[in-house]
Amino acid sequence: MISIKNAKKIFATKKGKVNAVDQVNLEIKEGEIFGVIGYSGAGKSTLIRMLNGLEIPTEGSVVVAGNEVSRIKGNNLRKARQEISMIFQHFNLLWSRTVRENIAFPLEIAGVSKQERLKRVDELIRLVGLEGREDAYPSQLSGGQKQRVGIARALANNPKVLLCDEATSALDPQTTDSILELLVDINERLGLTIVLITHEMHVIRKICHRVAVMENGQIVEEGPVLEVFKNPQASITKRFVQQVTEPEETKETVQHLLDLYPQGQVIQLGFVGEAAEQPLITNLIRNYSVTVNILQGKISQTQNGSYGTLFIHLDGEQAEIAKAIDYIHSQNVGVEVISNA
Amino acid sequence: MLSSILPNVNWESMWEATTETLYMTAISVVATFILGAILGLLLFLTSKGNIWANAPVNKVISAFVNIFRSIPFIILIVLLIPFTTFLVGTMIGQNAALPALIIGAAPFYARMVEIGLREIDKGVIEAAKSMGAKTSTIIWKVLLPESMPALVSGITVTAIALVGYTAMAGVIGAGGLGNLAYLEGFQRTRPDVTLVATIIILIIVFIIQFIGDFITSKLDKR
Repeated sequence: MISIKNAKKIFATKKGKVNAVDQVNLEIKEGEIFGVIGYSGAGKSTLIRMLNGLEIPTEGSVVVAGNEVSRIKGNNLRKARQEISMIFQHFNLLWSRTVRENIAFPLEIAGVSKQERLKRVDELIRLVGLEGREDAYPSQLSGGQKQRVGIARALANNPKVLLCDEATSALDPQTTDSILELLVDINERLGLTIVLITHEMHVIRKICHRVAVMENGQIVEEGPVLEVFKNPQASITKRFVQQVTEPEETKETVQHLLDLYPQGQVIQLGFVGEAAEQPLITNLIRNYSVTVNILQGKISQTQNGSYGTLFIHLDGEQAEIAKAIDYIHSQNVGVEVISNA
Repeated sequence: MLSSILPNVNWESMWEATTETLYMTAISVVATFILGAILGLLLFLTSKGNIWANAPVNKVISAFVNIFRSIPFIILIVLLIPFTTFLVGTMIGQNAALPALIIGAAPFYARMVEIGLREIDKGVIEAAKSMGAKTSTIIWKVLLPESMPALVSGITVTAIALVGYTAMAGVIGAGGLGNLAYLEGFQRTRPDVTLVATIIILIIVFIIQFIGDFITSKLDKR
């Protein structure tokens, strides 16, 4: 559906040339929810804007839904853009238009007749759950409602691809989740390909099938979300994964626990997929003469399975602890001994 | 009663002068609105980072606007005499005042239009582009509606300035309340005529301000 080949974007600034996007290659399949994560300035915004021709790559090619977006111009580009919609961090609604008129805007651009516009707008309002707010102005809506209008507007012309430019970054956590659920729902119901950029791993974890990690204009890591969670390679990816698997205070807590339990060992377990659903701890206590103290744990759901981390403290004979750790290894569970007490 | 306080006021000629002032103001406001909006749009669209970004064109329009905005109105009228006689055929009367009024006010208004357009969130323009909108669609359905409150409050201020300009134009023979106040009131030492003409101008200004504020608040849904 989307194919980016050797894309490069160089901006000339006062301080010299900046490689915003550097030799990026990406293939995104039809019906996929693909996430690009990176800190601000990583080039992800430039990358997503190449997908609808708002930025033209300095080198390389970008093909979306059969159109070479990086080359076409004028009317062809405008036609192609009707199939590649976009939603924005700050919604970018027209404040002078009501909800209904905002959603009708892309239909006006596409030259749809008034009668059909009205019909389609009503459908879209139902789809995004904005019944009763049709005649409100954007200023009368909450952030989540505004983004729903943005989504309805983006879907008006039945696009093939939906681009989400930090679409949830201006929303509170609860609203973020409801918007993400709406995106998954749309993806499943309409088979729409969704490309989103974000700096929150939470968003990737929740809805993406595959993820690419960007740093300094380059894609440093790419793969199915669960794979990346299980086995992050680049250090930046590890930091992003920690965002969701380990609560921020974990490091301090672990240090505190090490001081508190000078005997035995503190161990971090990592569960992926089915391993997360086994009674590992029960087996551990039954079969080995160790005491197990659960310190902290978390399981996260992703679109292709669950992923969890658990901190436990093991106490007992050295030999028993070693055997217990071997057992855990044999269960396809990641083990990391934090530090010898 | 009224004639004892204001012995010199000829109400018939006062009314005639009022309609002349209203005529000159109305025509010049409409023309200024259109011309200023076009100039303002050009200034905005050709500025850096916009749809028609073009530094030379922008500089030329900008210089034109600045020059005509800087010339004091009374001097502008005199400078425009050849142009006016060529265009209107005479330099006396209400119609003869119009070219100077419009050329004096349109650049002033163009700057206000430009400021109003600059206040539109760039993201909204980008959103329209991402939907495949043509430039004409962006102008008519995004730029103008989204900046309408600023355009209306700007034309209100400009209209009030134009009322003042018509009075100045009146002094050099364009008719209207300014002409009456100067010739009848000042030169013949009839202060009551000047007073009444001034009060009528004030009333006109208040009404323009009221209408402008009302429309602006109706349009502004932010």
